[in-house]
Amino acid sequence: MSDTLATIRTVLAEQGRLSVDAQTVSETADLYAAGLTSHATINVVLGLENAFDIELPDELLVKSTFETIAAISAAVESELGA
Amino acid sequence: MARVTKDTLVAEAKRIGQEVAAQHAKDVDREGRFPVEAFDALKEAGLLSAWIPEEDGGAGATILEIGRATEELGKHCASTAMIFAMHQIQVACLVYHGTSDYMAGLRKRVADEQLLLASATTEIGIGGDVRRSTCAVEDHGDGTFVLVKNAPVISYAEAADIILVTARKSPDAAPSDQVLVLCEKADLTLEPTSTWDTMGFRGTCSPGFILTARSTTDHIIPHEYADISARTMLPVSHTLWAHSWLGIATSATSLARQFVRQAARRSGSTPPGALRLAELEVVLTSFQDRVHGAAQRYAELDPNDPAATAMGRAIYFNTLKVFASTTVVDVVARALLVVGIQGYRLDSPLTLDRHLRDAYGAQLMVNNDRILTNTAALASVYRGD
Repeated sequence: MSDTLATIRTVLAEQGRLSVDAQTVSETADLYAAGLTSHATINVVLGLENAFDIELPDELLVKSTFETIAAISAAVESELGA
Repeated sequence: MARVTKDTLVAEAKRIGQEVAAQHAKDVDREGRFPVEAFDALKEAGLLSAWIPEEDGGAGATILEIGRATEELGKHCASTAMIFAMHQIQVACLVYHGTSDYMAGLRKRVADEQLLLASATTEIGIGGDVRRSTCAVEDHGDGTFVLVKNAPVISYAEAADIILVTARKSPDAAPSDQVLVLCEKADLTLEPTSTWDTMGFRGTCSPGFILTARSTTDHIIPHEYADISARTMLPVSHTLWAHSWLGIATSATSLARQFVRQAARRSGSTPPGALRLAELEVVLTSFQDRVHGAAQRYAELDPNDPAATAMGRAIYFNTLKVFASTTVVDVVARALLVVGIQGYRLDSPLTLDRHLRDAYGAQLMVNNDRILTNTAALASVYRGD
């Protein structure tokens, strides 16, 4: 597992308040169905920005960005590469 | 009578406001009763299906016309305007998210039968957070379900033909994992748990009920409620409520203008109250532009576009609600200072009694403190560049 994914899982475990284990949930599982709320999403954004030292632009602050671990990873990678 | 079109519906709402809602507003308020005369007229004109697409028998209107119609009604009877707004919010959910065959058929029925739609989103024990539910859809596995909800308020529940109810998707779902269920009157029992004896919006008739729905699973909108809320329910609610409060504010300002005009004619010069009226016009015009601008902004984006869930959009429509609900109180208070004792009297043609009582309700229905707390959290990650 890449470092990016491992870090995302750690942030989700700390901030996501999921009803499933963030370390083992599938990369393509629907995180909203796993209990991710819009309020918890904000804490996840802050956690990701802190962990990766990035700033997620406003256009990425949409629901689909946080739907799955894979989607979060794509957003983080695009900002790390920017 | 002919059904309204997209081009005639605002004028028709204005006529119904002036000729019907205004005539019964005092009695609706005093008795705390449903504004049945206004809704009979709105149904006859086909205004309840104005937002339904033309191919389904509606007028194919947009939020721009629906907002203006709400504002016209709000000038005469705030309860009528709020009920009209709440109905249209549910229609919007059906139009944009009702993708099943049952829901397509229901759109046609709303147009044919002029069905009135209500909603039950709040619940006892969730602390006012409509994005969480305790109650759950209990699927019997044979295509039927039961749903029991202890709702502290359901506006015009007893006059409604269909109630849209939020619930957890299943008994083992997380509190935030909600769906929206269309519950028809025939499938519902409503056991009253409280009364609705309030200062204002008395005609919305919003007591508490234990709601029990037994129906089939095709009545469950096949999308996450979180998504429906962000894309449609929240922005449309705040936009249409704001239009109804703007109607109250416009009416109060109109009474202030009448007073100043009468005083000016009597004295032959501009009375001292005219200066306060001028200040009131400053507030009212910014109120109008913010509210009409919100309808325009909503209309510019397809609610099913990914950008419809942007945090910046949530901030925009949250602050609209806070602004409109506090500004309506500001406008009515300013109008009262202009009109003076004639506005304070209950037996005067310039009375601001209902305006004042209705205006104060706006900050409390989905409490502004909750909306500001949510907005503060969003603002902590939003850059607004």
